Amino acid sequence: MAMITNLLMLEGIGVQNWTYIIVGLTFSLYIGIAIWSRASSTKEFYVAGGGVSPWANGMATAADWMSAASFISMAGIISFAGYDGAVYLMGWTGGYVLLALLLAPYLRKFGKFTVPDFIGDRYYSKVARIVAVFCALLVSFTYVAGQMRGVGIVFSRFLEVEINTGVIIGMLIVLFYAVLGGMKGITYTQVAQYCVLIFAFMVPAIFISIQMTGNPIPQLGFGSELADGSGTFLLDKLDGLSTELGFAEYTEGSKSTIDVFAITLALMVGTAGLPHVIVRFFTVKRVRDARKSAGIALLLIAILYTTAPAVAVFARTNMIETVSNKPYDGVPEWFKKWETTGLITFTDKNSDGKIQYVADANKNELIVDRDIMVLANPEIANLPNWVIALVAAGGLAAALSTAAGLLLVISSSVSHDLIKKVFNPMISEKGELIAARLSAVGAVCVAGYFGINPPGFVAAVVALAFGLAAASFFPAIILGIFYKRMNKEGAIAGMVVGIMSMLLYMIKYKLGWFDEVLPDKSEWWFGISPEGFGAVAMVLNFIVSITIMKFTPPPPEEVQEIVENIRIPSGAEDAIIH
Amino acid sequence: MNNQQKATAYWKENIRYVLILLTIWFLVSYGAGILFKNTLNTIKIGGFKLGFWFAQQGSMYVFVILIFVYVRLMNKLDKKYGYDN
Repeated sequence: MAMITNLLMLEGIGVQNWTYIIVGLTFSLYIGIAIWSRASSTKEFYVAGGGVSPWANGMATAADWMSAASFISMAGIISFAGYDGAVYLMGWTGGYVLLALLLAPYLRKFGKFTVPDFIGDRYYSKVARIVAVFCALLVSFTYVAGQMRGVGIVFSRFLEVEINTGVIIGMLIVLFYAVLGGMKGITYTQVAQYCVLIFAFMVPAIFISIQMTGNPIPQLGFGSELADGSGTFLLDKLDGLSTELGFAEYTEGSKSTIDVFAITLALMVGTAGLPHVIVRFFTVKRVRDARKSAGIALLLIAILYTTAPAVAVFARTNMIETVSNKPYDGVPEWFKKWETTGLITFTDKNSDGKIQYVADANKNELIVDRDIMVLANPEIANLPNWVIALVAAGGLAAALSTAAGLLLVISSSVSHDLIKKVFNPMISEKGELIAARLSAVGAVCVAGYFGINPPGFVAAVVALAFGLAAASFFPAIILGIFYKRMNKEGAIAGMVVGIMSMLLYMIKYKLGWFDEVLPDKSEWWFGISPEGFGAVAMVLNFIVSITIMKFTPPPPEEVQEIVENIRIPSGAEDAIIH
Repeated sequence: MNNQQKATAYWKENIRYVLILLTIWFLVSYGAGILFKNTLNTIKIGGFKLGFWFAQQGSMYVFVILIFVYVRLMNKLDKKYGYDN
């Protein structure tokens, strides 16, 4: 300890060392928590014993939810998309309103361990359960591969190790606390990870907001006048700069209204249908705690999500001002540094020694990776080295917490929904716990494999995990709660049609496997992109479910009683024992 | 009121709250932030065009408020019907 303190006293301690220190400290914290919160029963492994406080669950949900994409990529995506970036902001927060009002309280009252549990029991059918398991695995695997890759990328950029080494280190850490602690270990490490990631995101944002606008609150800062005394509003200036360079006006965007609408809807509904988010609401004690923790989770998420568009505006303005039409020889140090990583590339097409950054692809000389907007932000703003290291620790916290939550869904789908409920109902409590741990190990290995050998289509598919969740789970759960007459025939047909139509649209218009070349945007149905098609597939699911239901027998009496029972909030504490 | 009637009355009130809150949810995001964005953009508050502000800030604040309003309404409703144990 004395040695570390001495080390910190040294001046001019490099970014690299700071990163080792901060990342090392946060990792020890996560491991310490994991050892303290080992799971000793399947109930602890699947739902942390069902006694997590609303605040702890809210923080864990927020960390679980905010992935490497939210932390590293989102602000950058918005800064290039301008107004269109709102689809992510509204889409990834609005879903919590649906969760709190339509799903969380009832699923908590139902009181089982997994989403396929609900589907299987409510629709009194093994087939329904297996379809749900398939959907849960498909959604979770596409999502988790991206997280492991994110861990690798953060490691490689900040600690200069191979991406693959980074993936393996990340795997070992997650393996340790997910396998040992199950949901219990994951919940309490996620609480710590939320603190790390929000601090790491807010510190640079506040610094930069003060620098650019003199306002310490980024949410207000990006609507303020510039600090240079010109009296111009920051957003007006950015609109001006964007149009000058041939881009769409920043506050206008370029996607069609119907596509913005569809993508926002697909992301909202997808959020509400993601198994790793839903399962978090099984961990609290009472129904009222489930509602409250959804509110807390969204409040904590909104802190980052309302800051991200501000960071996007600051970073975009800063970048244009720093590089546009400036001589290449005079660029700041961070520009050169990120150029060596390949995330900034400059080709002097007209050989005038200056950087032309314009919308016209033939004349544009600068390509900037969107991730830089957050990763290089502290350097662009000349912030101290420890802030840069903090951003690395924050990115890792975001990626690890999401990966762990997804791995738990995968392992419980296998050990609980498949092994215990379908193949071997006689399995003992102890046997199921071992099976759960082994499936967690298996899931980490598969995720790590995809992290190291990412199939070309993973990146393209991650964004579509939401569409898949929207198309499959959301209608089945909503109808299961709000429509007593809904039966297994309707629900199964709806889920199958929903997920298949989403998969086919995705394969045709996102991956282009059906044609020689990827079909053009003009061929999209109603002008809706694959990202937004989840909304259409969800509607299809609803229509098919209700139509089939009309022609098939109603569910048995005892199932209708389950539905009546979950609508009443009292007695949830007892319901979890089964 | 017997148990069945009580449960039905409780459910009806709950659904009414949900519908009102989801209408607001729809209006701030899909309404103000998307469908009526251009009209609202003619109004400016500080440096923000209003439609843009709803899409990238306002809708999210309203979402948070909506959930907490629902939490309060439902806690009261639970008490009223004796479901708060």
